[in-house]
Amino acid sequence: MFSQVLSHPAESLNAYLLIAGLLFSVGLWGVLLRRSVLVLYMCLELMLSAVNIAFVAFSRYNNAMDGVVFVFFTITVAAAEIAVGLAIIVALYRKVGSVSVSNIKQLQR
Amino acid sequence: MSDFLFYCFAALILLGAIGVVISRSAVSAAMSMIVAFIGMSGLFLLLETFLVAILQVFVYAGAVMVLFLFVIMLLNVEDSSRKGPDFLTVVASTFSALVLGSIFTYLFVLSPESADLALPFAHAEELPSIAHANDFCTSAKTFGFSLFTKYLLLVQVAGFLLLLSIVGVVYLSQSTGSQK
Repeated sequence: MFSQVLSHPAESLNAYLLIAGLLFSVGLWGVLLRRSVLVLYMCLELMLSAVNIAFVAFSRYNNAMDGVVFVFFTITVAAAEIAVGLAIIVALYRKVGSVSVSNIKQLQR
Repeated sequence: MSDFLFYCFAALILLGAIGVVISRSAVSAAMSMIVAFIGMSGLFLLLETFLVAILQVFVYAGAVMVLFLFVIMLLNVEDSSRKGPDFLTVVASTFSALVLGSIFTYLFVLSPESADLALPFAHAEELPSIAHANDFCTSAKTFGFSLFTKYLLLVQVAGFLLLLSIVGVVYLSQSTGSQK
């Protein structure tokens, strides 16, 4: 099974799903590991776009256009989300004076 | 040939993503993220969705990363992110990422129950016929056809969402600026 997929990965759905899953895991690793809010946000974006790969691969496998169109909307929503999120990060920096998550603990008290 | 390209793009994606996680400075993290996005665009090319591939480069690798670099430049993040994470965080995050990655690997490739699913041949028609309006096709015309028939409401909602985000960003930046 493993060698079967690895010998012709470009025509196999499993290989694309594997890459999407591994990218999602690396994004999760970054979200758990990093302290800077900006880098954490980049890793969140990586996780979001890992799902895009799975969407397109499934859409291609099912011979339907729906997944590809949905990726278009995902990219739109991600762009809007990044604009708002970065504005929140800038506002946070003005309030706290740092973008490290170890300095943001107002909710702990 | 396409298998070789698949391995190249997969290596670009994974190395870029790992570079985002382990790089010390935020600017080099952003640069590695561009590499990962270029690799993703290559995978979309291999899947023959050319419009999504070029959108990925324009929107993600272009506009979004410019926004990120602007914010990195505006905020002085370099010295605040110097301090590395503590040992327990490193161990726990690496362990959970490895567990999730091996679950995915088992599910998609290693498991005896997972069949090797081959992708079908993609045809490039000029115009979508009414009977097969939503079938997969490489041309941008088909993309626009399903965008403005089946998903017309979603297009309007997405446009409204973009408008809302503009208003939200303007409000956020104004209200925090006046308090200072």
